[in-house]
Amino acid sequence: MIRLEKRPQPSRAWSMATPVLAVIATMVFGGLLFAALGKNPFQSIETIFWEPLFGEFSFYYRPQLLVKGAPLVLIAIGLSLGFRAGIWNIGAEGQYIMGAIAGAGVGLAFYPLDAWYVFPLMVIAGALGGWAWAMLPALLKVKFGTNEILVSLMLVYVAEQLLASMSLGLLKNPEGFGFPGSRNLNDYAAGNSWIAQDIGLHWGVAAALIAVIFAYVLLNRHMAGFQIRLSGEAPRAARFAGVNPTRLILLCLGLAGALAGMAGLFEVSGPAGQVSIDFNVGYGFTAIIVAFLGRLHPVGILLAAALMALTYIGGEIAQGNLGLPAAAIQVFQGMLLFFLLALDLLTNYRLRRTVTEGN
Amino acid sequence: MDLSGINPVLLIASLMVAATPLLLAAIGELVVEKAGVLNLGVEGMMITGAISGFAVAVETGSPWLGFLAAAAGGALLSALFALLTQVALANHVASGLALTLFGLGLSALIGQSYGGQKPPAMAKIDLGPLTDLPVVGPILFGHDPILYLGIAIVAAVWALLKFTRLGLILRAVGENHEAAHALGYKVVRIRVLAILFGGACAGLGGAYISLIRVPQWTDGMTAGVGWIALALVVFASWKPWRVLAGAYLFGGVTVLQLNLQAAGIAIPVEYLSMSPYVITVIVLVILSRDKSSAPGSLGRIFHASS
Repeated sequence: MIRLEKRPQPSRAWSMATPVLAVIATMVFGGLLFAALGKNPFQSIETIFWEPLFGEFSFYYRPQLLVKGAPLVLIAIGLSLGFRAGIWNIGAEGQYIMGAIAGAGVGLAFYPLDAWYVFPLMVIAGALGGWAWAMLPALLKVKFGTNEILVSLMLVYVAEQLLASMSLGLLKNPEGFGFPGSRNLNDYAAGNSWIAQDIGLHWGVAAALIAVIFAYVLLNRHMAGFQIRLSGEAPRAARFAGVNPTRLILLCLGLAGALAGMAGLFEVSGPAGQVSIDFNVGYGFTAIIVAFLGRLHPVGILLAAALMALTYIGGEIAQGNLGLPAAAIQVFQGMLLFFLLALDLLTNYRLRRTVTEGN
Repeated sequence: MDLSGINPVLLIASLMVAATPLLLAAIGELVVEKAGVLNLGVEGMMITGAISGFAVAVETGSPWLGFLAAAAGGALLSALFALLTQVALANHVASGLALTLFGLGLSALIGQSYGGQKPPAMAKIDLGPLTDLPVVGPILFGHDPILYLGIAIVAAVWALLKFTRLGLILRAVGENHEAAHALGYKVVRIRVLAILFGGACAGLGGAYISLIRVPQWTDGMTAGVGWIALALVVFASWKPWRVLAGAYLFGGVTVLQLNLQAAGIAIPVEYLSMSPYVITVIVLVILSRDKSSAPGSLGRIFHASS
C-alpha cells in the first residue's frame, strides 16, 4: 500500500517540477486525444508547439505570441495576487470586457481629435472600468460577506450583455452602414495601442512586463505582498498579526480588475480593433490556468502565458493545416490544469510505501 | 407593448420547465455540499451531460437513453473531480474551475457534429381528463416525466437527509470530517459517492436543457445555469425544499423576461437578458448574512493522518 505523508513544508523542487511534468502528461494524453480524433498525434503536437516558433511561417506567428501572451500575463498577474490570499476572483473575463468598453468609449468620444493625451486617458479609463467591475464583488464581500466567486462570475454574463448592448447601440460606428460594432480604433492614430505592429508589439506587452516586475516587488519586498502571502498560507496567523482582511480584499480584487481592464483596453485598441459582440475570446478564463500553471509566481506566470499563447497559435495552425477542431485545444488547456492539480500532490505530500502489519 | 399576450397559466407551466435544469443541478450540488465538498464544476458537468444526452438521444432515437447517458456523462466528469479532491487532495475551488473549463471544451468537441440537429422529442405524460382540466391541468399534469423526476429527487433527498441513517452519516461527514473519521465512517468513500450523485444530477439538468427546454445543441448552451445552481444552494440554506422554491423563483424570472422580450417591452433585450444574473447577485447579497447553516467542513481538504 502507498501512504501519503504530509510534508512539513511544500517541496520547492517538486513545486518547480510539477508544471513541467503536467505539460508532458498533457502532451501525452493530448496526443492520445488527437489520435482518437483521427489525427497523427506527433504531427499535431509538433504543429502546436514547434510550428509557431521555428516553422516555415514563424516570422508571422512569433509576433502573435506577444499579442496573445500579453493579455494573459496582465490578467493572470492580477488573479494570482488574489488566489494567493484565498480571494477567488474568477470573473476576470467580465472585468476585461468592462475595461475594453470604458477605454474604447473614451477613445471614441475623442475621435477624431489627434492629441497625445488621448491614449493615456483611454488606458486610465480601461483600468478604472475593470477596477469598478471588480469592486462590485469586493464591496459586496466586505459589506455583506457575499461569496466573491459567484458574484464575480455572474457579472461576466452581465458584462457580456452590456457588450452586446454597447456594440449594437451606444458605441456603434455611425458610419458603419448599420453593422454592429464600433469604429475601428486601428484607423485612429491617437487612439490605438500599437507600438510596432509588424513585430506584435503594443503597449499591452510593455504593461505586461511592468506588471510582472511590479508583482514581484510587491510580493517580495513590500508589506502588502507579505500580508497577501501570509493570509493565504496561514489565515489564523494573519489575523493575529493584524492583517486587515477588508483592505486586502479591496486591494487584491481592485488590482486584478484594473489589470484585466487594461488588458481589455489594449486588446480592443490594437489586435481586436473594435468593440464588437464577440470581442472577448475567453482570456479571462484561460488566465486562471495560466496563474496556476505559473505557480502564482510572477516569473512563472510569464512562462506559463508564453506556453498558453503558443497553444492558442499552434491550435489555430493545427486547425487550418490538420483540421483539428478548435475545441480540441480548449480540452487540451483544461487537461493541463487537471494534471497540474493532480501532480501537486507530490509538492505537498510524500508518498510512502507502508508495510502491512500482521496482527 | 402588449402584455395581454402573456398567459399566466402558460407562464407558470413554462417556468416549471425553465426551473427544472436548475433544480436538478442544485439538488445534486446540495448533497455534495452536505457531504462537505464544494464542487464548482457544476457548469462543466451540466454541459457535458447536455451533449452526451443529446448525442445519445440523436443516435439511438430514444430520449430516455439520452438522459441515462447524460447522468453517466455528468457522473464520469465528476469522478475526475473526486479523483482530484479526494485522492490527490487538490484544492476544491481550483479543481472545480478546472472541471468547468474542461467540460466546456469537451462538450464543444463532441458537439461539433451535432449543431442544427433535432433530438427525438420526449412524450409528455398524458393523464387524460386530469391533463385536460383548465388551469390545473397544464400546470400540474401536463409535463414531461423528467420534470416530475426532478421533484421526486428533491423529495427523496429531503427524506434521505432527514430520516435515514445514511443521511445522518452524510451530514456528519460534512459537518466535521475528523469526528466522522474517528467514529469509523469512510469519509472519502461517502464523499466520492456524493460527488458522483451530484455529477449525475447535473448531467440530467444539462440534458434537460438540450433535449427538452431548447431542444437543440449549441456550444456553451447552459449559459451559467450551473453557476446559478451553486448560488441557489446558498440561497436555499442547504435545505432541499427551499431549493425547489428557489429554482421556481429563478425559473419565473427567466420566463418572465423572455415573455417581456416577446411582448416588446421598452427595455432593450440585453438588459432583460442580464436580469437573471443580476437577480442572482441581489439574492446572494440578501441571504449571505446568514452563513450558520453551511456545513462545517465545506470545502476543506480531508487527509486521514495516522
